[in-house]
Amino acid sequence: MKTYKRPMTGWWRRNPFYLWYMLREASCVVITVYALILLVGLARLTQGEVRYEDWLERLARPWAIAFHALAFALVAYHSWTWFKIMPKTLPRIPVPDAAIVAGGVAAIGVCSALLWWAA
Amino acid sequence: MRTIVLECLRYDPERDEAPRWQRYEVPFTDDMSVLQGLQYIKDHLDGSLTFRWSCRMAICGSCGAMLNGVPKLGCENFLRDYYPGPLRVEPLNHFPIVRDLAIDQSDFLAKLESVKPYLIGEPPAEGTHKQTPREMAEYYQYSQCINCLLCYAACPQYGLNDKFTGPAALALLHRYNADSRDKGREERMAVVNQEDGVWGCTLVGYCSEVCPKGVDPARAVNQNKIESAKDYFLRFLRR
Repeated sequence: MKTYKRPMTGWWRRNPFYLWYMLREASCVVITVYALILLVGLARLTQGEVRYEDWLERLARPWAIAFHALAFALVAYHSWTWFKIMPKTLPRIPVPDAAIVAGGVAAIGVCSALLWWAA
Repeated sequence: MRTIVLECLRYDPERDEAPRWQRYEVPFTDDMSVLQGLQYIKDHLDGSLTFRWSCRMAICGSCGAMLNGVPKLGCENFLRDYYPGPLRVEPLNHFPIVRDLAIDQSDFLAKLESVKPYLIGEPPAEGTHKQTPREMAEYYQYSQCINCLLCYAACPQYGLNDKFTGPAALALLHRYNADSRDKGREERMAVVNQEDGVWGCTLVGYCSEVCPKGVDPARAVNQNKIESAKDYFLRFLRR
């Protein structure tokens, strides 16, 4: 039987749902770079005060601040999607989905506030 | 009576190398579904337009199509909501087109068979199976699947790799594994565990959004990632 299969080229641009999904997946690239910068900072800390202060000075530059603002936005979005799909990935528990999502988001909010306060 | 423009993807395997768009002007009343629009075309404008349908009430799962790029059932969506158009009607994404809006479902049917979608195990020696409401709640929503394939048309992982078992087949697999009367879990775990079983899913989640029957295939698939991981690690203990 002769059939026709349509190509998948550009599939993720065809529907906003897929665009948001790709943004969620792509956020890992920026988050990896963020983690590497942090790792470099840790290495600089072991190399003495001068190197560490130099690292801090570089972080205060506009491009570094812009990058971290982007990373923060993407981490926030990724975290939100992570909690949103959490009920689907958990074994069945007698708690409504909305409560699991709200609980997760509230927990990360409290933890962030505590870290902010401790810093 | 208002008129809406419907653009249908046409494909005649005997004449066309690739599908082409054809435009129809369809007069409609407010109570007419998209399926009725297609039937109007077939009856009054172009008898050669091919599409599947049967029950007209979201039970049979035959009339699924891409309506403006979104997988939906033609029978439960109304022309008035797409006025003035054009409403683009395409066959379900990710499946080979047989003719016009009719797709080849044989790949799904083979997958459905592979998950053994029936109760396995002996019936009770006396009387009937007994089940509590809580036991029934474990699988009930998954049993609502009508095999309409909207979830496959929503799943880019299936589109990119048609070896992936896919949402509906895995949801139905879970429907039986989660049933307290069933004893076929061991037989079905081979399908769950394989590379193209639950691990082919990256939780795009669009399958659950488009399901017209409120089934949550993404949940079934991801519950079984836990089962599959347990199955993998526990086999070392079972030895």
